[in-house]
Amino acid sequence: MTLKRTPLFAAHQKLGARLVEFGGWEMPVQYTSIMDEHQAVRTAAGLFDISHMGEVWVIGAEAVNFLNATLTNNAAKLAPGQAQYSLLCNERGGVVDDLYLYCVGKETFLLIINASRIEADMECLRARHAAFARCEGVLVTNVSSEYGAVALQGPRVAEFIDQCFTGNGTINAARPAHLKKNELDIFNFGGRDVFVARTGYTGEDGFEIVTSEDTIEAVWDRVLEIGRPFGIKPTGLGARDTLRTEACLPLYGHELDENTTPIEAGLGFFVALDKGDFTGRALLADQKAMGVARKCVAFKMTDKSAPPRPHYPIWSTGPDAKKIGEAASGTQSPSLSIGIGLGYVPTEFSQPDTLIEIEIRGRRSPAVVVRKPIYKKTT
Amino acid sequence: MSTQIPADLKYAKSHEWSRIAGDTATVGITDHAQHELTDVVFVELPALGRQVKAGEACAVVESVKTASDIYAPLSGEVIELNKAVADNPSLVNTEPYVGGWFFKLKLAAPAEAGQLLSVDQYRQQIGG
Repeated sequence: MTLKRTPLFAAHQKLGARLVEFGGWEMPVQYTSIMDEHQAVRTAAGLFDISHMGEVWVIGAEAVNFLNATLTNNAAKLAPGQAQYSLLCNERGGVVDDLYLYCVGKETFLLIINASRIEADMECLRARHAAFARCEGVLVTNVSSEYGAVALQGPRVAEFIDQCFTGNGTINAARPAHLKKNELDIFNFGGRDVFVARTGYTGEDGFEIVTSEDTIEAVWDRVLEIGRPFGIKPTGLGARDTLRTEACLPLYGHELDENTTPIEAGLGFFVALDKGDFTGRALLADQKAMGVARKCVAFKMTDKSAPPRPHYPIWSTGPDAKKIGEAASGTQSPSLSIGIGLGYVPTEFSQPDTLIEIEIRGRRSPAVVVRKPIYKKTT
Repeated sequence: MSTQIPADLKYAKSHEWSRIAGDTATVGITDHAQHELTDVVFVELPALGRQVKAGEACAVVESVKTASDIYAPLSGEVIELNKAVADNPSLVNTEPYVGGWFFKLKLAAPAEAGQLLSVDQYRQQIGG
């Protein structure tokens, strides 16, 4: 299979990026070093290519009703210019994908979905659409190949984002830096529309920027140029993974899959039971009321040990120690200089301060369940 | 990129270097290898006294992203470990041929060294 390339591929090559396969895409894992890029995002600014992610328009008078019957969060709460995290679940409450929903207009929504799930999501959305009673009132269109996207993240980005995009937004006439968390607007960039949303996947302040695939490289270049005096660095998927793991944000295929529910994953906040029926609701309502047998926990190694990695076994401690789960994600935390991870364990082991052990190459090393997020800004 | 490849060392295809003095060899990983790994965060050394065969995985070096095996370039007994590199794994990045060494071997078959790569052969292998 040939790997797909984003419209920024040439830009990555020019910057000397190390390229790896990720979900069928040839993507930059790092430009200089994961540590340096991680620190840039924690202290200044980083720019990620996220053009591999998918975009789907949901448009029409019935768009809100269709979205509310299909996704877990309540789309009716969104006014134009607002965005929300939401999940697409199957009948068993399992997660088909986690996504961001942009409300662009009262009847116009943009879904930002995972690159590796575009086909699965479209298959699911088409089936739901066919089964939707008023399906003639809503159009679902996969436009993933027509858009590119970047994530601009870090504590200093609000100082210069307004220089990157001139003029006021066309939804709420906002300037980018005035957007609040989970707000978006559309700006003009050389005659093209650019969606700028105050969202991200790093645990830092920042923006995600979506525009047509033939415009994204000009946006990339401009942001890097304007951001240079502020210490911006191009940042790869390696740092994206360490940043999101420290922030305890789930990654599809690691913390989330079709046999895992949002309640088990600790995402119950994004499951609106008060909005009427939606796919998976019955089981999710049960789990919210009755509790779940296993939960996704964050943990930290307590001794100097090798970093945990995905699939490493998690053990309980003591004389009756037994295998209780496995790590879904794991890495060395560049911010804390210790091994950290996320994983599923039986609920009785999910309380913060519970001692556990991680099996690393046949030997068990001590770890402790910690409150999410693992890393939080102290300022 | 100017990769350092000291002339007085022997190299394994799997990117370990050996500094051979009599019947002992000091082992580490090359500048090229540390550059490929980037940001070494953990080094797991073999047990002291372990008998290793040439080509046997006997140590692990971990970057932020991945764990990689280190192979014994020669057969012998592990007679000394570099505690400094275990305490401060970034030495592998900053001084791969000096403070970043891993362990010393008492060689069981010093003639095996003839099968290791010379500087020129190793440079050719990594395309440097």
